[in-house]
Amino acid sequence: MADDISENPLSKIKIAIQADDFSFADEVTLLEKDNHEDGAVVTFCGRVRNKNLGENVKGLFLEHYPGMTEKSLEKIIQSATNQWNIGRVTVIHRIGQLAVGEQIVFVGVTSKHRHDAFAANEFIMDFLKVKAPFWKKELTDKGEQWLDARSSDQEKAQKWS
Amino acid sequence: MITVRFFAALREQLSCDELSLPLNNIKNIEQVKQTLIGLHPHWQSHFENVSLLSAVNNDMVDMQSPVKAGDEVAFFPPVTGG
Repeated sequence: MADDISENPLSKIKIAIQADDFSFADEVTLLEKDNHEDGAVVTFCGRVRNKNLGENVKGLFLEHYPGMTEKSLEKIIQSATNQWNIGRVTVIHRIGQLAVGEQIVFVGVTSKHRHDAFAANEFIMDFLKVKAPFWKKELTDKGEQWLDARSSDQEKAQKWS
Repeated sequence: MITVRFFAALREQLSCDELSLPLNNIKNIEQVKQTLIGLHPHWQSHFENVSLLSAVNNDMVDMQSPVKAGDEVAFFPPVTGG
């Protein structure tokens, strides 16, 4: 455990929960800056879609549980670090009011070779979906509605165990 | 005392985001839930949702998990971020 932490100091991990938008390009630059060990950079960016379950979506409101959100993301990243040989990790999640087309979430992982970064990125995203305390409220033509969790997201996370 | 917090749809259904509860004989999450229903009978239907999740001090736990004085307990629907 102690070895894992010394090999992956917290300085290599960035977690941000914010109302403001983020720059995809700036985040990639940060993952790559002075990083000469890692040949692979894998990124995921989630955005607000205009349709969900047949409804026209106008926007989203994102609520979270301050404190628990950061702690749960740290645990997910630590778990990824224990399973794959990864370098830097950035997770950004936005909260508050978001319009269609806006960025919601960014996950970036670097590693020496591509396999670790691909796998760790998908793992982090799959567990963020089922463990991190965020909730989406959708604004559609028919009004506001809290989204139900999808069983397919649970299945995706379970396939890692 | 313990602090109990509610989030998202549950927070709106209960019209409550946070309350304090004397610990008395409460030993686990299930007993926190039953105590809350005892104090607010109209909350029962909202707590019957079997998929409701709970946390103690920012860690997800199950209904049998212990609770002690000073803990922050939270109840919320399944998460939908990302």
